[in-house]
Amino acid sequence: MDVKSALFYAFSVILLFAAFRVITSRNPVHAALFLVLAFFQASGIWMLLKAEFLSITLVLVYVGAVMVLFLFVVMMLDINIDTLRQGFWNHFPLAATIGTVIALELAGVLLGGFRTSAPPAVQAVVGAPVVQASNTKDLGIALYTHYLYPLEIAAVILLVAIIAAIALTLRERKDSKSQDPSQQVRVKAGDRFELVKMDAVKQLPSEPPAQEKQI
Amino acid sequence: MNVTLGHYLTLGAILFALSVTGIFLNRKNLIVLLMAIELMLLAVNMNFVAFSYYLNDMQGQIFVFFILTVAAAESAIGLAILVLLFRNRSSINVDELNTLKG
Repeated sequence: MDVKSALFYAFSVILLFAAFRVITSRNPVHAALFLVLAFFQASGIWMLLKAEFLSITLVLVYVGAVMVLFLFVVMMLDINIDTLRQGFWNHFPLAATIGTVIALELAGVLLGGFRTSAPPAVQAVVGAPVVQASNTKDLGIALYTHYLYPLEIAAVILLVAIIAAIALTLRERKDSKSQDPSQQVRVKAGDRFELVKMDAVKQLPSEPPAQEKQI
Repeated sequence: MNVTLGHYLTLGAILFALSVTGIFLNRKNLIVLLMAIELMLLAVNMNFVAFSYYLNDMQGQIFVFFILTVAAAESAIGLAILVLLFRNRSSINVDELNTLKG
């Protein structure tokens, strides 16, 4: 067994253990931290597959952004864990059966069908072939030539996600003073200026008593 | 024993099955449900990267790139909805979310 195989098995065992702990741990914070561990192991496996750019992106995007978001939300919400754990093991027989069936079926098909251990010398007939410059350069060239429109759509999706997330969670404070633009536009001159009818000459108030004048 | 393409695909399959099991087990905890979905996407991405390496084709990695983008957007919106839900119902129990009578 060479080093690469040993690394593959080590990464896989830790990845599967971390995934198991994610779905069974009591505390959501522990689940999030085990998910971080799982992502790190997956990034190691992708390194073995020579997908360096994606492996680093996985760590940056998932561990750096998404999991921090998860941790923030988990810690911000005051969740009663015990009620959420009620009946946790009730579904276990069904879940374990379905999971085992899926894993065995897929493994049976895949292990028998794909025994290739080395990448083929000839390049694939379809798609963008690997130019063997560097992984990042290959990916960049393919992304900005053949896949420019999908890239733009991905950018739009991210923009929509930003706006949706902000719009969903935005809460107006009651004590802050702000303008209401629609009301400002709808205002009429009559609301601003009011004519009050009053007499041109106003009568003086009656004479004060004489005693007070002397004092 | 050399590591073949089948090994990577089997790893992805086991990971996928584990996360399906997790969705069944954590039927009440919405946060762990979202985490299980992330694990599923990771399993699928694993298959894409493995095929990309063994078929010598760049397209698999490009697809993984787009999946990562969409998954990040999905989890951001999902967590925003989760926060909103907790604010209104003060619970993230999936069983109590029956306002739509679905």
